[in-house]
Amino acid sequence: MAFDSSVFFGALFSTAFLNGALVTVFLALLSHGVGILISIPAALYISGPPSLLRWLVKGVLGVLRGAPTLLQLLFVWNALPQFFPVFREPWFSPFLAAWIALSLNEAAYQTEINRAALGAIDPGQKAAGVALGLTRFQILRKILLPQAVRVALPSTANEFITLLKITSLASVISLSELMSVTSRAVATTFQFTEYYAAALVYYLVMVYVLVFLQSRLERRLVWNTSAAAAAPGMLQKAMAFYRRS
Amino acid sequence: MIRVDNISKRYGDFLVLDKVSLSIAKGAKVVICGPSGSGKSTLIRCMNYLAPHDTGVVSIDGVEPKNRRSCEAVRREVGMVFQNFNLFPHLTILENCILAPMMARKLTRAQATERAYQYLKRVHISEQADKYPTQLSGGQQQRVAIARALCMEPKVMLFDEPTSALDPEMVGEVLDVMVELAGDGMTMVCVTHEMAFARKVADQIVFMDKGQIVEVAPPEQFFTAATSPRAKTFLSQLQH
Ligand SMILES: Nc1ncnc2c1ncn2[C@@H]1O[C@H](COP(=O)(O)OP(=O)(O)OP(=O)(O)O)[C@@H](O)[C@H]1O
Ligand SMILES: [Mg+2]
Repeated sequence: MAFDSSVFFGALFSTAFLNGALVTVFLALLSHGVGILISIPAALYISGPPSLLRWLVKGVLGVLRGAPTLLQLLFVWNALPQFFPVFREPWFSPFLAAWIALSLNEAAYQTEINRAALGAIDPGQKAAGVALGLTRFQILRKILLPQAVRVALPSTANEFITLLKITSLASVISLSELMSVTSRAVATTFQFTEYYAAALVYYLVMVYVLVFLQSRLERRLVWNTSAAAAAPGMLQKAMAFYRRS
Repeated sequence: MIRVDNISKRYGDFLVLDKVSLSIAKGAKVVICGPSGSGKSTLIRCMNYLAPHDTGVVSIDGVEPKNRRSCEAVRREVGMVFQNFNLFPHLTILENCILAPMMARKLTRAQATERAYQYLKRVHISEQADKYPTQLSGGQQQRVAIARALCMEPKVMLFDEPTSALDPEMVGEVLDVMVELAGDGMTMVCVTHEMAFARKVADQIVFMDKGQIVEVAPPEQFFTAATSPRAKTFLSQLQH
């Protein structure tokens, strides 16, 4: 069976694939955006002295990190409407369900990244800010967060690349992202290779555009040349260091 | 200027400061020395409430802050220089110097910049203003740290072993700046083992051991006629 390049290019330039890719990108961006918004206060909160509520928050984050992402997607899509009638309304779309599930999941991972980044800052930095008579908020905003962002950036970008790939799981709740568009095309024609190849091209382009943006951003944020030299290469960044799902 | 009255502090079961009292007059230059772990850093950190004491009183210029806000206000009058410089690596030298004056003293950027250059000149490093801390040598970084503290125009400066993280050839340039500062009449409290500096600048040497102040004496008297056996042992070890 030969590779039918007209099918391949047809898929590659079809509006269905393009729309699928756009859904994938938007879902990833929105989920990571909300995840980051939740993760910054969460990381600051769990870095505080131990308390009952902190243990509880850490426990919830641990469940979100520990449970398979697929399970979380299915839970939000199927089980949430059973508990809360509001989610039985038609506005509760697969996209919304995937957005909620991936945002929470991402928040849990990103909290861990942020916490590690905050922890990596020399305590002397805070001491210097305190000694200068700055307030806690000023120290956070002007001294700790700018440094933590630089530390967290490579892991955050890797996390986003992982997330972009994980959005393909949302095909199980019938969200028309890139992977389910591909599967649907395959199911009617059985031309696996051509459609999978087209999907692969889309994923690779998205990932490598991100890797490129990441290295640009990192170079802008690096404050000493020795750190730039030690930064990992393009390929290493592309291979997100762990796989989930 | 600074009055430390009968303060004690514990880390767990360990008594770091044991009923310490010390009074530092305006314009005084006090050098604190003693063996490692004797509580020197802890004492100097109590003087700006960086390490809160458990019991006793620390007052600056007669003010004893009762809450976080007043602690922050008092700290603006007390400059501190750390062993490891603790410059902000994501900011340039100039930005390091203008951050606190702008945030805590509400100076405009222009005012803060003018002031920063004034103090950077004073520590002989104004030509490096646009570099980042990692681009400077240790001695230069520590001089910047001194300038950064001076930019708040504090009433007193605290130094915690400002030269002990430096390569030997850079110790001199930092000590020279400190000697100049002393000459300008700054009130200074300095933890250091640089005895030549102490002899030249200090008007009092405070010797600590095991969380207590064991001896307070003018330098000449301390070096030649220390009364306590622990200070004598310490001094004989310094000779080696
Ligand atoms: N945050 C802390 N938690 C627990 N123990 C501490 C802490 N900070 C200091 N200590 C202990 O308190 C004692 C006194 O510490 P301090 O840093 O004041 O000594 P020092 O005289 O400055 O010593 P050095 O010359 O080594 O700097 C030490 O035994 C140290 O281990
Ligand atoms: Mg010390």
